[in-house]
Order: sequence, then C-alpha cells, then structure tokens
Amino acid sequence: MTQTAAEIARTHPQPAPIAAYAIVAASTRMRARRRRHWLTHLALLLICTGFILPFLWMVSTSLKLNQQTIEYPPHFIPSPVVPSNYWTVLTHEKINFPLFARNTVIVAALTVFGTTFSSALVAYGFSKIRFRGRGVLFAVMLSTMMIPFPVTMVSLFAIFRWLSDHTAIQFLGTFKPLWLPAWFGSAFNIFLLRQFFMTIPDELSEAARIDGCSDLAIFLRIILPLSRPALAVVALFTFMNTWNDFLGPLVFLQRPEHYTLGLGLQAFQSQHGGTEWNLLMGATVLTILPVIILFFLTQRTFIQGIATTGMKG
Amino acid sequence: MPLSRHESASLAKGLLFLSPWLLGFAAFTALPILLSLYFSFCDYSLLQPPVYIGAANYRELFRDPLFYHSLGVTAQYSLMALPAGMLVSLGLALLLNQGIAAQTVYRSIIFLPSLVPAVATALLWLWIYTPDRTGLLNYFITELSLHTSNGAAWLVKPHLILPSLAFMSLWGVGQTVVIYLAGLQDVPRELFEAAEIDGATGIRRLWHVTLPMISPVIFFNLVMSIIGTLQVFTIPYIMLDVTGGGTDRAGYFFVMYLYDNAFTYLRMGYANAMAWVLLLLILSLTALAFWSSKRWVYYQGR
Repeated sequence: MTQTAAEIARTHPQPAPIAAYAIVAASTRMRARRRRHWLTHLALLLICTGFILPFLWMVSTSLKLNQQTIEYPPHFIPSPVVPSNYWTVLTHEKINFPLFARNTVIVAALTVFGTTFSSALVAYGFSKIRFRGRGVLFAVMLSTMMIPFPVTMVSLFAIFRWLSDHTAIQFLGTFKPLWLPAWFGSAFNIFLLRQFFMTIPDELSEAARIDGCSDLAIFLRIILPLSRPALAVVALFTFMNTWNDFLGPLVFLQRPEHYTLGLGLQAFQSQHGGTEWNLLMGATVLTILPVIILFFLTQRTFIQGIATTGMKG
Repeated sequence: MPLSRHESASLAKGLLFLSPWLLGFAAFTALPILLSLYFSFCDYSLLQPPVYIGAANYRELFRDPLFYHSLGVTAQYSLMALPAGMLVSLGLALLLNQGIAAQTVYRSIIFLPSLVPAVATALLWLWIYTPDRTGLLNYFITELSLHTSNGAAWLVKPHLILPSLAFMSLWGVGQTVVIYLAGLQDVPRELFEAAEIDGATGIRRLWHVTLPMISPVIFFNLVMSIIGTLQVFTIPYIMLDVTGGGTDRAGYFFVMYLYDNAFTYLRMGYANAMAWVLLLLILSLTALAFWSSKRWVYYQGR
C-alpha cells in the first residue's frame, strides 16, 4: 500500500513545522548568500584587475614608441600602435632572441624528456616492487626535496669543472650541467608519479606477471600507458621550471651564444634597460607568451597537478 | 637476518628500478653536499686546488658584517613576505570557494602571474616601480592622492626596497591559492551544515571548522614558503643588479652574497661555508615547523 502525502503528514505530524522552519531559514540564508555572492564578485573583480594590470601595462608598453614610454600622464592605449617593436626584438643583434629561444627549448626538451622517463622508472620501483629498505630510501628521497639549489650549486660547479678537466667531455660552458642531472630523476616528480602509480590496482600487474611479463614490460606496456595524465603533469611542470630557471644557467653557462632567454633578457636589460623599455617589454612578452599559451592549452591538467602537490598532508 | 632467495631477487629488482635515482642522488646531491662541507674548511679559489685551513672560513664568517647584514635582509624580507603571502593566498582561496559563478575564470587570472618567469617578473616590476612619476605605481598614487603625493623611489630608498619586493611577491601567490582551494574543496560539506545548525557564524565556522580541516595544507605551504623565501635570489639580483643589492645594500640577500663569494670573488671555500649555514638554517626551521605542527595541525583519522 502506498501512502499519500496527506497521510504521511497526518501520521508524522512533527516534521512539518521543522520543514517550514527550514524553508524559511533556507530562504533567508539564500538571500544573505546572494548578497554575499554579489560582494564576493565585486571583491574578486577588483583583485583580478590588480592581477591583470601589470600584464596590460607590459603589452601596452611593448607597442609604444620609445619616447611615448616616458610620457606623463601615461597612456594605456598606445598611439600610434607600433607592432614592429616585436620585429625589432626578434632581429635585434644585441638580444638575439631566436638563438636564446632555441637554447632554452633545447635545454627544456632534454630536461623534460629525461626526467619524465627516469622519474617514472624510479616511481615504479617505489610503488610496485616490494623490497626491504624501500621505506627508508623513500624517506631519504623526500627529504632531498628540502635541499635548495643554492646549497649545492658551488660544489656542483666544482664537480663539473673537475669532470671537464679530467675527462674528454666538456661540461662547463655547455648545456650538460643543466639537463644531465634531470636524467637521473627528480625527487618531486618521482613523488608525484609514485602517488599516481599507487592508485593503479596491483591486480593488473599481478595478472601480467602470471602471464610471464617482466617488470620492465609491465612498466612499459601497462603502467606508462595508464599514467598519461600524471606523466603530462610532470612534463608540464618540468618544462615550466626549466623555462623559468635563471640561477642554473647563470652559474653554468658562460658564453653569450649559449644564453637562455632569462640570461639574454637580463643581459639586454643591463645594457639598455633604462633606455628602451618598449623593446625590453616586447622581449618580456615574447618570453612569457609560450608559458601562457601552454597554460591555456593544458589548463585542467595543470590546475589538478598543482592541487595534488599540496595533498600529501 | 639473511634474505630468502625471493627477497633478495626482489631487492635486486627494486634497486635496479631505483638505480637512476640512486646514482643521481650520489652524484648530484650527496657528493656535492659532502664536498661542500669539505670545501668549507678549505681555501679554494677554483684556480688552485683546495687547501685545508680548518675552521678559518667559519671564524671569518661569524665576524663578517656583510654576512649578518645579508642574513638580516633575508630574515626581514621573510617576515614580511611569508605572513603576507600566507594570509593573502588563504584569503583569496576562501573568496574563490564561495561557490560563485565564473570561479574558474577568477582562478585562472589569479594563477597566471605565478607562471611568469622570475626574470620577466623582475623586469616588469622594475618598470612599474620606475622612480619618477612616469612609473605606473607612482602615477596611480599621484592620481588617487589628488596630486598631494608623487609616490616614491621604491627601489632606491633603502627602507622601501624590501617592502616593495614583498609587495610584488604577492603577485605570484597563484600556486599557493590553487593548493589552498583544493584543500578547501576537500572539507566535507556535512561539517559546515552541522556547524550551521549548531548556530556557528561565519567567523567561528572559519576558525573552528575550516582552518583545522585545512591545517595540513597550511602546514605544507608554510614549509614550502620557508624554504622558498630563504633562497630568494633572481628577482633582487636583477632589479638591484647595478647597485649590488640597492642603496646601502638594503636588498642584498643571503644567496646573493653566497653567489658573489663563489663566482665574483672566487672564494669557493667561504661560499661553501655559507651554503652549509643556509642548509642548517633550512633544516632547523623546517624541523621547528614540524615540531610545532603537533600542536596545530589536525590530521583526519589519525
């Protein structure tokens, strides 16, 4: 027998006033919330304007004539608009933007490729193979994340210098000190990938093992294909970090023809900084652009990746 | 206890997979740290092999006014940038977490500046902080104060250098905001509803529900910020380059002095002594944070 609503109301008299109270409370809450939302939007709009302004100012400056950059009051819309500044930057003999961009891409590509593969290999060992001492090694690896580059850079420089003097291979004055260490995995990436591999059920690899697959085959044919999102996060973060790195290239690169974009920009600024702000901002826009485009193309992967880094608790 | 055949087989296999990291750890982390400790007891100019001189570097370091000065600059900056960054990023995350429309748009805008390379950030803000009234910031100050003030020479006046650097560091809080936001979105809804039924108002809900629930995330961000602010280098190096840390070296950070000792004065031994001081500082501050976390970090289900 099904009860009608009226019957329920008759046999269960108490819920009615509570429900009515709840509806009233909910509607005042809703009204308060809507008012609060309106204020939140206002606050966020103001804050976001503040966050965007420096970008707009940079683009605006990069499209001005040089004498316009020091006008008072400043104009946000340049007149005339001078897009040819970008052409000047790209062909400027002092900044040599195409060469620096090429150098940065070479270092970034070698770093991304090397660290993604090697970190995945190590993360497999930390997540899918049980062996004695694994926990201790993992703790050691995590603690190396706290050691910043400035602590080791001086002796790393000495090591690469020694290697250059005592082996047939040149290290200093080449890109090798920048990308070679990445080929041995990086603690942060290993950690991130290991967390992801832990979520892949062991039954999959066990089944493959019974079928006679080696661990290497399981890693290459099962784990890697299933981990594309995590691998993408690692590749993306590494690319960004390499693109943004300044201190590493400053320490290890010596000749201007090896400069990355960061070093090139800094060199250009210290030679022409006070005078040609339009060109300097143009070069800055061009340096930032790849990173911003990449972010918009991969936004979801990116934000999720950042969010999970804080989730280790 | 000897390992069984199966155990030693899996140990060999595990170490094989770990071998890239084991090699890399030995060559690019353990060796440099140990070498750095050794060099810190040496006179070492790179041009000649290191000569052991005992604790002379450390004795000199602890009498070096510039060492204390650069340490003080770093500490002052951290005391401004770290709390400000923590508060602003948490505040922004709370604002974004109100369940409003267009949340992802706001989030992207706030996140974007944190992707900008440090060199680009430094140059852009150098331009914004331009000392005369053509600087963007000074222009706004002039307009908003109805021409009663012309702003300031932000990166020239010694007492303004560190606050200016700390202020611009807020432009890059985006990553921290996203991490906080993820933490906030993980707080179970029932907790808020229960608190609301119990009559807890906004502030009390924040203090008694939200903050304890995201305290592990706050802790994570705190440790990362401590490690980050102690090694600030690129931005002051570029913005205050010509003047070597600005007027009166008011923006001469610890790592800038370390870098100069190593690569400008070629005093590798002295620089390595500084590197070890930096390492010990980071380790002890992190240890302090971990020790204090027992009192204020709440782990669910533990």
